[in-house]
Amino acid sequence: MATAEAIRALQGRFPELDLVARPLVTYPDGRASDQLWVRVPPEHLCDVARFLRDDPHTRFEQLCDLTCIDYLNYPDAAERFGAIYALLSLTHNHRLWLKVFVNDPDPTVPSVTSIWWGAEWPEREVYDMFGIRFAGHPDLRRILMPQNFKDYPLRKDYPLTGKGEREDFEVVTRESA
Amino acid sequence: MPVSYDLGLKPTTLEPDEGHEDHWTLNYGPQHPATHTTLRLVLELDGERIVGCIPDIGFLHSGFEKLGEHLDYNQYVVVVERMNYICPVSNDIAWHMACEQLFGLDITPRCKAIRTILAELGRLQDHLLNVGVAGLDLGGFTAFLYGFNEREIINDLVEQISGSRFHPSYTRVGGLAQDAPPGWTDRVLDFVQSRVPPALRDVEALLLRNRIFIERTKGLGVISHDDAINWSLTGPVARASGVQRDLRKDEPYLCYADNWDGCGAPAVRFKVPIAYGGDVYARFLVRLEEIRQSCSIIEQVVGMLPDGPINVAADAEVTLPNKDEIYFSIEGLIHHFEKIMTNRGHCPPVGEAYFANETANGELGYYLASDGGKAPYRARCRPPSFINYQVFPKLVLGHQISDIPAVLNSLNIIAAELDR
Repeated sequence: MATAEAIRALQGRFPELDLVARPLVTYPDGRASDQLWVRVPPEHLCDVARFLRDDPHTRFEQLCDLTCIDYLNYPDAAERFGAIYALLSLTHNHRLWLKVFVNDPDPTVPSVTSIWWGAEWPEREVYDMFGIRFAGHPDLRRILMPQNFKDYPLRKDYPLTGKGEREDFEVVTRESA
Repeated sequence: MPVSYDLGLKPTTLEPDEGHEDHWTLNYGPQHPATHTTLRLVLELDGERIVGCIPDIGFLHSGFEKLGEHLDYNQYVVVVERMNYICPVSNDIAWHMACEQLFGLDITPRCKAIRTILAELGRLQDHLLNVGVAGLDLGGFTAFLYGFNEREIINDLVEQISGSRFHPSYTRVGGLAQDAPPGWTDRVLDFVQSRVPPALRDVEALLLRNRIFIERTKGLGVISHDDAINWSLTGPVARASGVQRDLRKDEPYLCYADNWDGCGAPAVRFKVPIAYGGDVYARFLVRLEEIRQSCSIIEQVVGMLPDGPINVAADAEVTLPNKDEIYFSIEGLIHHFEKIMTNRGHCPPVGEAYFANETANGELGYYLASDGGKAPYRARCRPPSFINYQVFPKLVLGHQISDIPAVLNSLNIIAAELDR
């Protein structure tokens, strides 16, 4: 119930964005999941995020998780990357997922680190794994892969066995270290 | 000479740092006994005082999420339990609860009860180690042994139910690998009633009022209530800062929910310990109390363990037939093959789902995307260690080098889950 109220508040504040809440999954028997997601255009992400954090009807104080899906080859997908923001309200105990779609050649999303500090490392991880740049991030470096790694390993066009990095790995010898 | 690939971080040097004549840089880890796991910190020091800390992680990155896109929903459980290897069975349960959310399944009461017992044993496994190591890191080795002894019993219990001491791979989509053996619940009950309480008393007697321990932990690594929320902290770390949040209460699942067996069974009764100090000592106290609450939950669930099947009904086409049918009837064998062959079997609908469990470290969730195939399209893990660790450099600023192990242990960072 509380989620529906939050979505009404969001739609009332941003009528021009035409925000629609959809269930994350619909089961074959017609039941729809009660987990809802909203598509947000990247240029309005920070406004929407700040509103969702501060409005008394929404109060999403916590960014529970930030991840990304590469929708290459996904059924009926028009866009390539979907950055997914899992929001959590401790006050109202409800969740909402925001999806921001971006495409090659320059997938850039505004950073939400100034709104939720906890976005810092998840944004770095998404950059590391998918090559999505977060404009305004204080320290956007690779976090899990080595700094000299060239590719983005969780993209769907990156093969499971890698592109030969293991064979070409530069051996650090005692003399050169 | 520094190594050829530049990390953008400074190497250890005995030369003073530029601009700060009395500061110097120290590499701490990645293979340092006090970090317990493979972590690297680059510290800027003023004498022994930390004035800058840059964590460098990724040494154990093994591409688990990429692997998840190539293994089916039952196979991948073998990989997820290698993330938080301190309590592997909690990962199994969290993974398959997310899968069941995606498939739209409701599991059987007996399966729920056994999973609850195992989830709490996993919490005990983690906290018994963690409170012991809290002493070990500050020089008190004995407390560690009391906790570790009891962990061995949990490993035995896990072996008895799954056949494997450490990495059980015990859950399946819609059920469990096999039922609990006869007498297993009695041994669990004996463990929580007669083994854990004395061990806990010993640990408490050694540490709780130990002046050295208190002075080394009180006021160290303080996180305020609002910061804990904004930094996305969950679990005992957040609760020690006064954040009243426990998924077992707020988004109840398994036996933590009312009417879990469909016949009106009440939810298990337990208290969620909250502390307001926000420091290392508060996190230690929260974990100690959670051990007691876990024991009480296990006692209650064992007392009302229902009979019945452990897997959802066979016509749900999700679970494998049991081994008796596979080995002793041709129909069972055909059924089994139909379900495990790569181009057959039951697939979830196209869509996405998220499910989170309250594990020992905090909210362990999986965000699954399915394109209708046998393997997930994307299997994102929300790792509590990773999210909790980003606050670490802020916590140690201004403290001494010798405080690092204490803070690190209080956040309970497991590097395999951190790097995945």
